[in-house]
Parts: sequence; structure tokens; C-alpha cells
Amino acid sequence: MEIRTKGMGIVKIEDEQIITLDEGFYGFENFRKFAVLDSQEPPFIWIQSLEDEELAFIAIDPFIFRPDYELDIDDGVLEFIGLASPADALVFALVTIPKDGSPITANLQGPLIINKKNKKALQAAVNSPKWKTKHDIVAELNAAGRK
Amino acid sequence: MLILSRKTNQKILVGNNIEITIIEIKGEQVKVGIDAPHNVKVFREEVYAEIQQENKAALVSGTKPVLPKLNGLSKKDL
Repeated sequence: MEIRTKGMGIVKIEDEQIITLDEGFYGFENFRKFAVLDSQEPPFIWIQSLEDEELAFIAIDPFIFRPDYELDIDDGVLEFIGLASPADALVFALVTIPKDGSPITANLQGPLIINKKNKKALQAAVNSPKWKTKHDIVAELNAAGRK
Repeated sequence: MLILSRKTNQKILVGNNIEITIIEIKGEQVKVGIDAPHNVKVFREEVYAEIQQENKAALVSGTKPVLPKLNGLSKKDL
């Protein structure tokens, strides 16, 4: 099918790119269907609403710049999307691009978790205070590279 | 709002299946234990507010967001 996107005009997608968040993202609870799209600048991806073309996020695989990232989330929350095994999970962090030109950041406190098997997804809230809503991607990637 | 006084180890029941226990009171801090069904999300209010606020900031505003080149990534990472 073809969808209208915020950043890339009309894009053709496959059904398996569509994810459903029954509870939406925090603050955007009414939007439930999103497409996961490759961006022109990997490893960044788009999380594009199918219900409102103006609603779109950039996201990134958090393990790319934080190999030490870990999710401490209640099993019950994961059951909500039918996730039985960590191997079935895809995890993304939403990216913030500040308008003032300061470094782009990723939200590791509220990761997007997708069950690859049924394409159900949710935004979790991790319990550990180590993971914040703003992690400087470039700085932390460089720090990880030096280790 | 219902306001209750509780002592250490006393509980509050919310509905049939949510149990809140006062575990410890120390100065200005109260340690609370919450037993709730799996489908009830429980988290600190600040966490909810912070994530909500960050989602709003993360909403892409222009059609061409400027993203940095991430150096030092090998092909297999992508």
C-alpha cells in the first residue's frame, strides 16, 4: 500500500512494516497505527503515523550507541503485546532533534518495544534511573567506541 | 480525593486486585510496595510526565530533519 509521510512524500510499504500501539505513545494516545520506515540516513528510521501524516518520529536502535543498554521491564507489560521471548522484540529509542542546533538525543527511558511476531508495540517506561529521556547519541557513540 | 492514614506494614486495597503496602517510612520518604495485575502499568508520575514531554519534543517538525553522520559504525551495525 502507499502512504503519505512527513519526510519522504508518498511511500510504498508492506503490511509487515505496520505496527499497532493499543495505547499509543505517551501524550499521543489516540494514534495507534504506525509504519516503520527506513530513512535516507541509516541507522535512523522513521516511525510514521498512518492516521496523521504530520505525526512522525525519528528513531534509532539504542544498542548501536549504547551497547550496555538494558531494559528492566515487568514481564506483565511485555505480555500486553504478547511478547514471550526477548528474541521476538525489536527495540527503538525516539530521537529528539533540538531546534536550537544542540546535539540530537535519544530517549532511553521510554523505549518503543515491538513484538516482531504480531507487530504489536508499546512505549515502555524503564525502571532504572540510569536511562534518561535525553542521551546525546554522537557523544555516547564516541564514548562507546573508545572502550 | 480519599485521604487515608497508614502505618508501616499497613495496606490499602484498590478494587479487588490492587494492594498497596507501606513498607517503610523514613524522614520525608515513604517506601511503597504495589501489587497489581500484569496489565496495570505502575510507574512514578515524573517518569510518565518526562516521557510525555520528550515525545512532544521528538515530534518531527520539518520535512527534512538534519541528522548527524554516525562515524565509527561498521556495516554490520546497520
